[in-house]
Amino acid sequence: MSSTREAGRPGAIWAVPALLFFTLFAVVPMVLVVLLAFTSWSGLGSPHFTGMDNWTRLLHDHTFRESLRLSAILTVVSWIGQTLVALPIGVWVAGRTRTRAVLSAIFFVPLLMSSSAIALLWGTLLDPNFGLAHVVGPWLGVDDGNFIGRPSLVLYTLIVVISWQFVPFHVLLYQAATRQIPESLFEAARIDGAGRVREFFSITVPQLRNTIITSSVLMIVGSLTYFDVILILTNGGPGTSSRILPLHMYLEGFSSFNMGYASALAVVLLVIGTVVSLLITRVTGYSKMTSQREGL
Amino acid sequence: MTTTMTGRPSVTATEATRIARPRRTRRSWRMPNFLGGFGALLWLVFVGFPLYLLLSTSLRDEGSYLTDGPMSLPRDPGLENYRLVLDSDFLHYMANTAIVTVASVAIVEVLTVPAAYAIVRSRSRLVRFGFSTMLAGLAIPAQAVIVPLYLMATRLHVYDTLLAIILPTAAFALPLSIIVLTSTMRDIPGELYEAMSIDGASPARVLRELVLPLSRPGMVTIGIYSALGAWNGFLFPLVLTQSSSSKVLTLGLWDFQTQYGTDVPATTAAVTLSLLPVLVLYLLGRRHLLNGLTAGFGK
Repeated sequence: MSSTREAGRPGAIWAVPALLFFTLFAVVPMVLVVLLAFTSWSGLGSPHFTGMDNWTRLLHDHTFRESLRLSAILTVVSWIGQTLVALPIGVWVAGRTRTRAVLSAIFFVPLLMSSSAIALLWGTLLDPNFGLAHVVGPWLGVDDGNFIGRPSLVLYTLIVVISWQFVPFHVLLYQAATRQIPESLFEAARIDGAGRVREFFSITVPQLRNTIITSSVLMIVGSLTYFDVILILTNGGPGTSSRILPLHMYLEGFSSFNMGYASALAVVLLVIGTVVSLLITRVTGYSKMTSQREGL
Repeated sequence: MTTTMTGRPSVTATEATRIARPRRTRRSWRMPNFLGGFGALLWLVFVGFPLYLLLSTSLRDEGSYLTDGPMSLPRDPGLENYRLVLDSDFLHYMANTAIVTVASVAIVEVLTVPAAYAIVRSRSRLVRFGFSTMLAGLAIPAQAVIVPLYLMATRLHVYDTLLAIILPTAAFALPLSIIVLTSTMRDIPGELYEAMSIDGASPARVLRELVLPLSRPGMVTIGIYSALGAWNGFLFPLVLTQSSSSKVLTLGLWDFQTQYGTDVPATTAAVTLSLLPVLVLYLLGRRHLLNGLTAGFGK
């Protein structure tokens, strides 16, 4: 505080409340989950230390391996699918005409709905006896309309529901980013005789590079939290054919009351989440402490 | 706000006219973007049709839904299902959700403002270290910590209270909120800070008179973002509460499904009602809301 450069600058104390709060309710649980992963605990009484038991079980848990595989499929398929839908629509919506603005208003309603509301809505739509699925199923070659009752279809059906929920968000990202591309680039391309397709691939897509990365990373992180919709719609079933990793963890902990083993699964989730977090900060330059969005 | 660029000219020189006489790209015919429009239209139907079914189903009675099928028009539409839902604990759940939302937003704002201010202006190493910790926490899935949170909630005797939901909900909204508000505050020109400190202003006065007024858009954004997160939160209530008295709307909805069984119209009425408050907000401040949702991910 003595030097003039420090005058009027806030001290570290200003950041302490937020840090303390975050530490208490986010960092401490993260540390605890690692400790709990070496214990056995049913949710009642006290956890007791069991060494590597949970981890040897993890290595031999077929459902765990299956859940990893399902999570990987869910992540990759929904990432590619959502990007292929959201990018062109986002670019299209960015053009400013009144009709587009009106149309795009409906696009965004799913963004406002909670996952449980979406799961309930789709639960009624996918009901093989009375829902829309009963009518639409035969058109799509699923005669009984039982999209979520078939092990081979359930994951892809869930991906459709998840896309319904999240594509609007990514449309929004692409729309905002497209509007920031300097108009002069498009004009230059047009003078050179570029058509729409050429313009899209040679200018729009390269200019959206960072947004594509951000959106992709968000989708991949999102795959780790695709949980509530699946819990309500299928509870992991039929069998274990939609039991992705977070759901496997939840059901182990709060349905079978193997909280220690659930913690070991949570550590796996945590590791994946941290790796992705680090990717985000590297790729988007948040860590370089530069302004990301001027004059929002 | 985004700069008001004039709409991108949707026309350009066709190949032929370009060769005939090269000219500036003004007002010549250009094929409309049929492909983009068609894709968007398809998605609009895909999004809109389920929403239409949601609304139309909620207005009909159970019998006609089962006999006439989901696509048919309601024979004599009425609000009977809504009355059924409102007669249940729905409003109580909604009140709980409102409490959780308001409290979470308040905690987030109160903690984020001074923290972001310190991150932007402080030279302290502790602050920098704290900031990178928060960044590392950005994508930690909440699922990963539900077991320890359950343990902590039972040990601290807050299990099955709204407080148990509020605390972790606010904590997990902090990293993104701090990022968003930090970038808003970075856009305040350094000279303004200098000018105030030359006048001998204390950090508190700088915050009050300079930073707060200029970072209002960022504060609105993080408010919206954390409000939506709290309003729609599912996981924390699921594992940290149990009884009906502390039940929030998202869990209550799930209950309705089991409670009403095959009464699909009642379920859809409950879903529609749960959407209503957010929808009203959306219609009032669409731009703010949409900006809030993508905040921090721009560029």
